[in-house]
This record gives sequence, C-alpha cells and structure tokens, in this order.
Amino acid sequence: MSDFLFFLEVSLAGLGSGALLSLTALAFVLIYKATRVINLAVSEILMMGGYFFFALAAGMSLSPWVALPLAIAGGGLIGAIVERGVIRRMLGESAISVFMVTVGLGSVLVGLVEFVWGTNPRTLPDFTGTAPVFIGQLYISRKIAIAFVVASLVIAIFLLLFRYWRGGVALRATATDQAAAYSCGINVPGVFSAAWIIGCATAAGAGILLGAIGGISPVMGAFGLSALVVVIVGGLDSVMGALVAGLLIGLVEAWAGTYLGGEYKLVSTFIILIVMLMVRPYGLFGTTEIERL
Amino acid sequence: MRIATANETYLADEALLRTRTQWAWLGLFALVLVAAPFVLNNYWLYLACLVAINVASATGLNILTGYTGLVSLGQGAFMAVGAYTVAWLSQKTGMPFLVNILAGGLVAAFVGILVGIPSLRVKGLYLAIATIGASIILQFVFLNWSSVTGGARGLAVRPANFFGTSLTTYFQLYWAFVPITVLMVVGAANLFRTRIGRAFIAIRDRDISAEVLGIPLLRYKLMSFAVSSFYAGVAGGMWAYFFRAVGPESFTIVESIFFLAAIIVGGMGSILGGIVGATFMTLVPEILRFGVELASPYVSNAGALLSPIRTIAFGALIMLFLVFEPQGIAEIIQRVRRFFHLWPFKT
Repeated sequence: MSDFLFFLEVSLAGLGSGALLSLTALAFVLIYKATRVINLAVSEILMMGGYFFFALAAGMSLSPWVALPLAIAGGGLIGAIVERGVIRRMLGESAISVFMVTVGLGSVLVGLVEFVWGTNPRTLPDFTGTAPVFIGQLYISRKIAIAFVVASLVIAIFLLLFRYWRGGVALRATATDQAAAYSCGINVPGVFSAAWIIGCATAAGAGILLGAIGGISPVMGAFGLSALVVVIVGGLDSVMGALVAGLLIGLVEAWAGTYLGGEYKLVSTFIILIVMLMVRPYGLFGTTEIERL
Repeated sequence: MRIATANETYLADEALLRTRTQWAWLGLFALVLVAAPFVLNNYWLYLACLVAINVASATGLNILTGYTGLVSLGQGAFMAVGAYTVAWLSQKTGMPFLVNILAGGLVAAFVGILVGIPSLRVKGLYLAIATIGASIILQFVFLNWSSVTGGARGLAVRPANFFGTSLTTYFQLYWAFVPITVLMVVGAANLFRTRIGRAFIAIRDRDISAEVLGIPLLRYKLMSFAVSSFYAGVAGGMWAYFFRAVGPESFTIVESIFFLAAIIVGGMGSILGGIVGATFMTLVPEILRFGVELASPYVSNAGALLSPIRTIAFGALIMLFLVFEPQGIAEIIQRVRRFFHLWPFKT
C-alpha cells in the first residue's frame, strides 16, 4: 500500500511542477497566438523574473509582497521593450529570423544576469512558509502546492479573460485574421504589445515560483526547454493545450525521474516531443495549418 | 560597369570563378593560407586551426539551412557524433587519421539521416525544435552509453597518426586541417552547380513547387541532412584531434546555436558567408579578450567579466545582424564589390 501512496505523492509533485510548466507554456502560447513568434527567450525572461525578485526582496530588502508585483512588472517591461524595439521591426521577416532574434535575446539576458549577479546559484528569500501540506496521508512540499494553486488560478483567469474580456476577444480575433481584425477597428499593434507584455509578465511570475522551489541561477532557463515541449505537445496556439500538456509532461517527468532516474527526465519528454511531431505536428489542440501554393 | 566579360564558351559561362579579379583574390588568399603557418605564432595558429574546423562545420550547416531551407539546431550534436567516433576509433584501432575522420563523417551522416526523418512531417520552426529534441536525446546517449562513450568522463583521443608520424603541434595540425576544410568548401561550392544542389535550392525556395517539379522531397531533404552532418562529423573529428579529449560537455546546444549564428552573421545561402561568418564568430571572443585585458588595469575584476561579456556580445551580434543586415556579412562584401564595379559612374 505504501508503494501506491508513494506513487501518488510522486504524481502530485509531478502535477505541481506540471502546473508551473503550464504557466510557462502559457507565455509561449500568448505570444505565439498574437504575433506568430516562437519566443525562445521566454525561458530567460522567466530567469529574469527570479532575479528581479531576488534583487528587490534580498538586495533592497523590500517586503516580498511588494517585490512580487514589481518583479512581475519588470518582466512585462522587458516584454514591452523587446516588442517595440526589436520584434516590431522584424514584422514580415521569415519566422526563422524572428525565432533566432529571440535566441540572441536569450543569450543577451543570460549574459546580463551573469554580469550583474555572477554565475553562482542563489536562493530566494522565503515568502511562503515551509510547513508541509498533507492531503489525507499524502505529503506535498508546501512550495509545490502553492505553485500548483497559483498556476491553476492564473490559467483559469486567463481562460476566462480570453472568453469574456474585450482584450481577450481582440487577441483571439487578431490570431484568427490580422487584416480582418484591423478593419473591425481592433488595434492590432496594441494587441501585439499587450500579448508580449502579458506573456513576459506571466513568464516572470512563473520564474519567481520556480525560484522559490529550486533557487535561481543563470542556467534555470533550461526549464524553458521542457515548457517548449509542452507547447508543441499541446499545440502552439492553444491555452487549453498548454494546461493539459503541462500537467501531462509534469507527470511524465516526475515518474521518469523517480522510477528510471533523474537523467531520464529531460530525455523522456523529448522523446514524447519527437513522437508527437511525427504523429500530430500541430499538437493535441493546435490549429492545423493548411499550406497552399 | 564591368567590361570585357563576354563568355565565348559554355565552359567559361558555367565556371565557378569567372573573372580575373576573382582568380587574383583567390590566388592571394591561397598564398596567405600557405604562408600563414610560417609567420604566425603558436597562439594564432591555434586560432587558425579552430577557424578551419568551424568553417567546415558552418559550411555544412549552410548546405542544410542556407541552401535547403531546413533550420537545424543539431549541428553541435552531429559534430559530437563525429568526435566520439574518431575518439573511439583512435583508441581501439590504429587506423590513420584520415580514415578515422572519414568514418566520423559517415557515422554522423547516418545519424543525420535518422534525425532528418521528422522533416517528413514538419518543417520550419517545428523542424528546428525537433532537432533540439534530437540533440538532447543524443546528449543523453553520450552521457549514458558508458561502454562506448566513456560516460561523464568522456574519451581521450590519441594524436592523429599520419603515415607513422603523429601530429601534435598546431603547425602540423594546421597542415592537416586546412586542406581538408578547403576541399570541403570547394566541394560545397561545386555541389550547387549539380542537379542535387539545384534541387536543394528549389526546396528552399518553395518546397511544394519543388515537389510539383518532380523533386522527391523526402529523399532530397534526407540527402541534405546527410551531407550537412557529414561535414559536421568531419569537423567534429578534426575537433577531437585538436583538443584530444571528447566529453558530453564538449558539444552543447550552445554550440549548435553558435553555428546557426555563424551562418546568419556571415550570410545564409552563400559559401563565402559561411566562411566569413565562422571566422568572424570564432575571432570575436578573442577580440573581446584583448579588450578586457586592456581594461583590466582600470576595472577590478575584469577577468571574471569576460565570460558574461562574450555571452552578451554573442546574442547581440545575432540580433543586430538579423535586424540591420539580414543577408549577413556576405551582403556587405557584395555591396563593396558593386561600389567598385560602378565606381566612376555612380556618384
């Protein structure tokens, strides 16, 4: 029986990190939906979120509850600068060029973090408490539980916003047809900016949660690679897909990490990625693109 | 306006180098390549060898990405396959290094075909992500297939064996690497004057149209992967003989990004671009090192700042070139050429 209990605990931890993956994937999806850019720098903006929080809460010893919104806003600011400064200029260039710009941006951000804070891993000041959470007999780490709750709340809010909020509808309209949306009076460039700001702010928030669990370091952007798998498996333009695939990949990572060994974590998800690309290239919930001459 | 360039034979019309100026430049370049090892000191020879290796690999990636339009972030992993093959062969057999390097290229080409299989279904960004996945899986194999790859410790490589003499100094390695690289670059330049190369270009320009024209897409895409990873494998083999040790940390995803960045900076779909880009991207970190050394008396911990500055410069170069000069350095060179062609007439 204890084996089964252990299995459940592992699965719960997997769902917890899966929720974080979903949150990061949401940042990818938001930006892709609006601007058709796969922003590989999301993983580095996630890292910047963690470091902003570190700088504000530990460096300037602000209360975590003040530092938290400021750090998230910092992520949004990066998004705004990047969108207006670089991505807007690249409109109409091939998707690959824009993708490579975000790869370059990621490298710049990693370099900046190493320049300012050095390469040593740091721990974030504690703002969650450490008392473990029990569900019945099941033990979960408090931080993972909090991450799960926060991530699910944020995703739920996003789903509602997409459905009912004006801006959410504008974003969906832009995603469907930019020219039609523009002629309906939707401020399409504004939607681009908004998507980048909200996406990057979400990534920064995910970075703070991730940093609270495992500490921050210049290499924590590797988490973004798993999130990339999530986006592909779920479908690049589907919020629902990000949620479902995030939990799925989180579970697979947890099981592979526990029962096969830590080194199997990443490789198992990437095998799923390759299989998915071969079988259903547009993901579980993604829109199939039809190409014509 | 260039005058007196009318070709009188078909042979002259389809020649790789059509003008005397091009021949003169090439002759000068060949002379520099031959003279370089006698003039340069050991440090610059080390860099020259590294440039030769990177040029070979970047040219390979240029065939795949620049000419066939298949974006790959797996070039580093293919190089690793070549490097591991060479390391293993050098330990287990006493074969001459040319055979080993060739074997490294062939094994890498085989792996390249395997990795290229997803291009059956996906292209563009999806393919780029698939190649990231493939390189992570390869990384896992290198780390865990200990009986062959030596696991986390990696493999040591015996010095290159060339008819009994072992090549150990940079001077000797230069004479081994530069001819190989020159041969491969000339091969690549000629490839695009053949049926296969033209098919690659057709696939890049519009793959559906190419298929309509009767080009079997899958076969040519896989062929492009094979050729490109053959180049990477040979380059990886040279790399193994150069650093004399191969480990799972030798070729990370950063290495793959480096090669993609090199052909972006140099100019995609241009042989000259691959050469210039790889040279430029290899030398930039060294230039930055000189800069930091100059600054070290004035800045307290300049040494520790070198690595972050390199990372920033690397990313910034990719971004700046894509935004301001998407055709790369090759386009700048063309512009300079045009200026001199039109010189007295255009004001």
